Amino acid sequence: MTEAPRLDRRDAVRRLLTGRRDTLVITGLGAPTYDTAAASDDARNFYLWGAMGGAAMMGFGLALAQPSTPVLVITGDGEMLMGMGALATIATRNPGNLAIVVLDNGRYGETGGQESHTAHRTDLRAVAAACGIGDTQALSRIEEVDALAPMLHRLGNTTLFATLAIERGERERLLPPRDGVFLKNRMRGALGLAPI
Amino acid sequence: MSAAAVTSDKEPTWPAAIHRRLQAAEVRQVAYVPDGGHAALIRLAQADPTMAAVPLTTEEEGIAMLAGAWLGGQHGVLLMQSSGVGNCANMLSLVRICRFPLLALVTMRGEWGEFNPWQVPMGSTTSAVFELMDTRVLRVEREEDVEPTIEAAASTAFRGGTATAVLLAQRLIGSKVFVK
Repeated sequence: MTEAPRLDRRDAVRRLLTGRRDTLVITGLGAPTYDTAAASDDARNFYLWGAMGGAAMMGFGLALAQPSTPVLVITGDGEMLMGMGALATIATRNPGNLAIVVLDNGRYGETGGQESHTAHRTDLRAVAAACGIGDTQALSRIEEVDALAPMLHRLGNTTLFATLAIERGERERLLPPRDGVFLKNRMRGALGLAPI
Repeated sequence: MSAAAVTSDKEPTWPAAIHRRLQAAEVRQVAYVPDGGHAALIRLAQADPTMAAVPLTTEEEGIAMLAGAWLGGQHGVLLMQSSGVGNCANMLSLVRICRFPLLALVTMRGEWGEFNPWQVPMGSTTSAVFELMDTRVLRVEREEDVEPTIEAAASTAFRGGTATAVLLAQRLIGSKVFVK
């Protein structure tokens, strides 16, 4: 059986960010950071270059602090797998201004392309649903990505979790700022907050 | 996680003192892994409409969550037991590299009248783990020192931008009773 074609990750992320106004974006380390930066750098982007497993929780704390602003976490399957308990924690509140998009290629792309657990038997959308996340979706077609995009840039009624079946190959690395203090204060500045 | 840990007949007043200082420091997010020593404070946070009390599945979730809180302009606190501090070591790199103003309150196990030897390895290295990751450590042994220490720690964290952990000694909290 031949596998269905998978989404172009750069194109998919660019489409996810189409229609963005004031959305705050947290990216998981590795390729999701590069994909987001390739779409466009923004003071409202916070790129993780480490802290593996922390992206969804960081988005959750940010969403609680900024309840009238959409917060979007863009991460990978390996990063989400490392902090899977976060889905249970987030579901205790399911903030409607939080969306988590997992670019799922079933691979640890940064470390040599080893298979992740989603290439075996784990279904992250099902995990999120079982944890109680309010709206869970598994997308594999570009039309579905286009339909999802507007929902990421407005306030909803519950937390949204979506997996995107993306291509397995690596793309060129597009490296955005990696100074943590700069990234932190840049986002705070965009929200009208002082450094301390 | 432990059951009721207080051995004294008198209800301790320090959890309410901590809650007062957290209110004064405008703490809005209370992330916790349940612990007997923190039980009263967790109840106070849950009942406080100005605070979002969030149970975690593991302590490092709280480190990332409170980093997000600060990005969005809110103060938060992480409540946990000494056994969870080791879980945080890698995630504390986020705090260190971005200089996030972490405030963590840690109830100690494994140091005073401990019945369960499995608590000792992490209890005896709690300070060292924080210090290795550049988090300042304050320690409280006596009830009268709780409130001023929390006040100082909150100030160091939120005004000074310095990651700070307060260790609440097992002698203050009381040893967990396993067999009545």
